[in-house]
Amino acid sequence: MSAGHLIACHECDLLHRVTQVPPGSVARCCRCGSVLARPKQDSLERTLALTVSGLILFGVSNVFPFLSFKLQGLVQQTLLVSGIRQLHDQGLTGLAVLVAFTTLIAPAFQLVGLLYILLPLRFNWISPGLFQVFRLFRSVQPWGMMEVFMLGILVSVVKLAKMAHIVPGIAAFSFMALIFVLAAAMASLDPHEVWDRWEGNR
Amino acid sequence: MMTHALTARNASLVSCHICHLLLPAAQAQRNHKAGKCPRCGATLHRRKPNSIVRTWALIVAAFIFYIPANVLPITIVTSLGAVQSDTIMSGVIYFIKTGMWPIALVIFVASIFVPLVKLIMLTFLVISVQQQSRWRPKDRTRLYRITEAVGRWSMVDIFVVTILVALVNLGALASIQAGPAAMHFAAVVVITMFAAMSFDPRLIWDAKEPSP
Repeated sequence: MSAGHLIACHECDLLHRVTQVPPGSVARCCRCGSVLARPKQDSLERTLALTVSGLILFGVSNVFPFLSFKLQGLVQQTLLVSGIRQLHDQGLTGLAVLVAFTTLIAPAFQLVGLLYILLPLRFNWISPGLFQVFRLFRSVQPWGMMEVFMLGILVSVVKLAKMAHIVPGIAAFSFMALIFVLAAAMASLDPHEVWDRWEGNR
Repeated sequence: MMTHALTARNASLVSCHICHLLLPAAQAQRNHKAGKCPRCGATLHRRKPNSIVRTWALIVAAFIFYIPANVLPITIVTSLGAVQSDTIMSGVIYFIKTGMWPIALVIFVASIFVPLVKLIMLTFLVISVQQQSRWRPKDRTRLYRITEAVGRWSMVDIFVVTILVALVNLGALASIQAGPAAMHFAAVVVITMFAAMSFDPRLIWDAKEPSP
């Protein structure tokens, strides 16, 4: 690859000749200020490590009790999927599907997709359909809303605090950790490195 | 000062929106059909197709759903046989009355303020592009970036309903059901997210340059 290649800004279409950007620094569009490239130190290894821990946390978050509700001796224990099932039972299937997609399916797909792309790439091997998976991964990204769900948990807990006693379970803590791990994985991912390795291995 | 900035479009190039590969426009459009990126297979466009019309349609749809979302009840609470239904706004008022104003603020901002402001901002951006405005393109691009980033947080109320419905499920003693507004409100959030995605911020800058 040449030392400087052309990139068009995604937000204003201005052409830039980008030379080698040192890891840890950011190349921005000189006209509108949007980010052109943000190379990272050991991007592949870091993202991979975070993805694996994310998958473990995802499993824990779905298997163990999420929140428990205690009222006058009655205990209601819930899993992460309980709310989705309850919405479905109340006839709001569309809403149940939306919540399931934004809090379970999209994050799971992001994690599995990253593992599928990066693990073979780490050993200089290209997984079949790498770019189809990457494209899908990109379009799913805005719909993963775990951090918004976490805010929802905080609001619900405060809302019910006067009425009953709420006990967070193991899943609630691992879910909180998962949000940070997934955010860190997204931040350390450098798509340009994926494309460069792909071109180098063709 | 340069007379025109050199953009990909002026240079007859097309940039792939997924992998950023630059291609000559002739290669990107063969036989009047949109071509595919040779590297990643994404469909290539100079600009997002029918950006303005699509964004308008989605904005109007979202405004329509915004009304039942705020008028109809979002939760129906049964407590010791007594039934009470709440709209988004009555929930906010309840929190203010009980002194939990930080929660009231979160719900008000996420569920009432953000969706409305987002729709107004998008309407403003679309109209400014249609008027071929040259007014502060950098600030309008920033406005678009904020609009795109902030929309997802409106989902918080839907998630609160989901969690409440799961937790408070003790029959006649205490139970919460999702109301009809929940579906309409979810539609507002999803449609405004699609509206922001269908808007092409490069159109803001096109007014500055002569069309090829």
